[in-house]
Amino acid sequence: MKGLMRWLKLVGRNKALLLMVLPGFVWFLLFCYLPMPGALIAFKDYQFSRDGFLASMIESDWVGFKNFEYLFKTEDAYLIVRNTLLYNTAFIILGTFFAVLVAIVISEIANKKLAKIYQTGMFLPHFLSWVIVSYFVFSFLSVDKGVLNQFLTWIGLDPEFWYSETKFWPYILIIVNLWKGVGYGSVIYLAAIVGIDKSYFEAAMIDGASKWQQIRNITIPMITPIIVIMFILAVGGIFRADFGLFYQVPRDTGALYPVTNVIDTFVYRGLKVTGNIGMSTAAGLYQAVVGFILVLTTNFIVRKINKEQALF
Amino acid sequence: MEHRTAVDPHPQANKHAAKKLRNIHHLSPFWNAIAHLGIGLFSLACVYPFLFVVVLSFTDETALAKNGYSIIPEKWSVDAYTYLFKTGDQLLRSYGVTLFITVVGTLLTLIIVSLYAYAISRSYFHFRGFFSFVAFFTMLFGGGLVPSYIVVTQVLHLKDTMWALILPMCVSAFSILIMRTFFKTMVPDAIIESGKIDGAGEFRVFLYLVLPISLPGLATIGLFAALGYWNDWFNALLYIDDARLLPLQSLLMKVETNIQFILQNAGLAGAGDRTDMVRTLPAETTRMAMVVLATVPIIFAYPFFQRYFVQGLTIGAVKE
Repeated sequence: MKGLMRWLKLVGRNKALLLMVLPGFVWFLLFCYLPMPGALIAFKDYQFSRDGFLASMIESDWVGFKNFEYLFKTEDAYLIVRNTLLYNTAFIILGTFFAVLVAIVISEIANKKLAKIYQTGMFLPHFLSWVIVSYFVFSFLSVDKGVLNQFLTWIGLDPEFWYSETKFWPYILIIVNLWKGVGYGSVIYLAAIVGIDKSYFEAAMIDGASKWQQIRNITIPMITPIIVIMFILAVGGIFRADFGLFYQVPRDTGALYPVTNVIDTFVYRGLKVTGNIGMSTAAGLYQAVVGFILVLTTNFIVRKINKEQALF
Repeated sequence: MEHRTAVDPHPQANKHAAKKLRNIHHLSPFWNAIAHLGIGLFSLACVYPFLFVVVLSFTDETALAKNGYSIIPEKWSVDAYTYLFKTGDQLLRSYGVTLFITVVGTLLTLIIVSLYAYAISRSYFHFRGFFSFVAFFTMLFGGGLVPSYIVVTQVLHLKDTMWALILPMCVSAFSILIMRTFFKTMVPDAIIESGKIDGAGEFRVFLYLVLPISLPGLATIGLFAALGYWNDWFNALLYIDDARLLPLQSLLMKVETNIQFILQNAGLAGAGDRTDMVRTLPAETTRMAMVVLATVPIIFAYPFFQRYFVQGLTIGAVKE
């Protein structure tokens, strides 16, 4: 009783701030926390009921891990996990490499005006939607009108059917992803380079260090902590794929599924196209749980390296 | 540090040396050229596809059909645009939808996020820990797409409403994180205290003291939100079947596979007209013209965005 009184008093004292968090709190409840118990669908044979969500949840039968069993028995399970992991690994490694490279080169360019112009150009793709990007890609890869096939015929080669050959897509997706993300990704590294104490470079210059030695022995070591942190944080999200990239850029082409289907697109198709709600939820839950573990592990490692950079 | 500022016996000679050393600070002419070439080419490659699509949209349809996509068209034409402005009912409507969700969504985001972030940025807020956890836990774990879809469609009944395009993406823990950091660093509790001593309530303080000095932070998350809404097609893919509610990006998606779509919803007077339209429809160039029209607002706004985004990224990267 006394505790309750004390609590009410606290609520009263904080009522203005509580009112402030209220809209956001309601939003989190409705759009983030309400769906969480919905993940139980993964353990049910979900049947839509006319009486709404709660009724459907209660009336549907429990099936234990059946949905997961079905999921992992399909070939899809292997493909989507493999694709998600391999693509994201490539994105992380190449993305980090090029973002750091671009940041270093931009910071070394003496003409600051031109550097700014370059940077503005590189930033552009980040602001465009995947739908727009898919149009760009199509203007290059279109079978009859595309630039690439025009080029191939011009040098005397046969045109390729880009949207039906799986072998090209790993490269195409990686290139498109880098094209869209590198300029934006370099910002943090550039900020870190700009933040390096100038006296290090001055001291190195006085000792007669060349530009390469300065980059190798000052710039790179100084930004390595940031690189490591960003890298590890990215690994935490390795189980989540960019839906837009894998859905829009290949134009949802069925023939390309073996190399373009990732967990996120699989879940979407299970929900909206094939209607396999149970299996789709199972895949989603699997992704969420593994993602959760990965983020926690990641944060733990980051915390060990540098407490400041940890998420929590 | 002290020993470095010793008195220099030859100030003149040192000045000379410093000038010489300055050159070492730059890349050698050869590597400088390589750097410009590499970065310049990449930068061009980032802008080029857009320029290409602009050119395509101004290409004559028959020339395009004959020669394929080409950066220097055989024949220029504005047919695609005149066509779009004649039959663009669906395009106009989609523009309207996108504008509406961008404006309303961004405002909602700004209101909800800044209020929430402000409250959890105050050290004297007793329930700070709990509400921070509520927000940041969502960065770690979510119910997944299917449960979210079911909640939005069956519990909240938002399918085929404008709200399905606005609400699901209106708050994010990430923007709250950015704003909280911003409030924490920019607005010390002492300022709030002084406001309160002058007799202002919490909301008054927030409105008249906190918000004016937080404009850069608000601009950052506002731009993030606006860009998100303008570019969104995913929520429409999930929740919108009604053509009247189709935002611009989704319209582009539909048109990509089916140019007929714009015709079916063009609201033309007679059926006879319609078949005629199909025949004379500048299909390829029209698509490209639509891409251009959907992108132009961003192209013009983004050099201005860029500064704030860079700022926002840097703010978000700083902790506590």
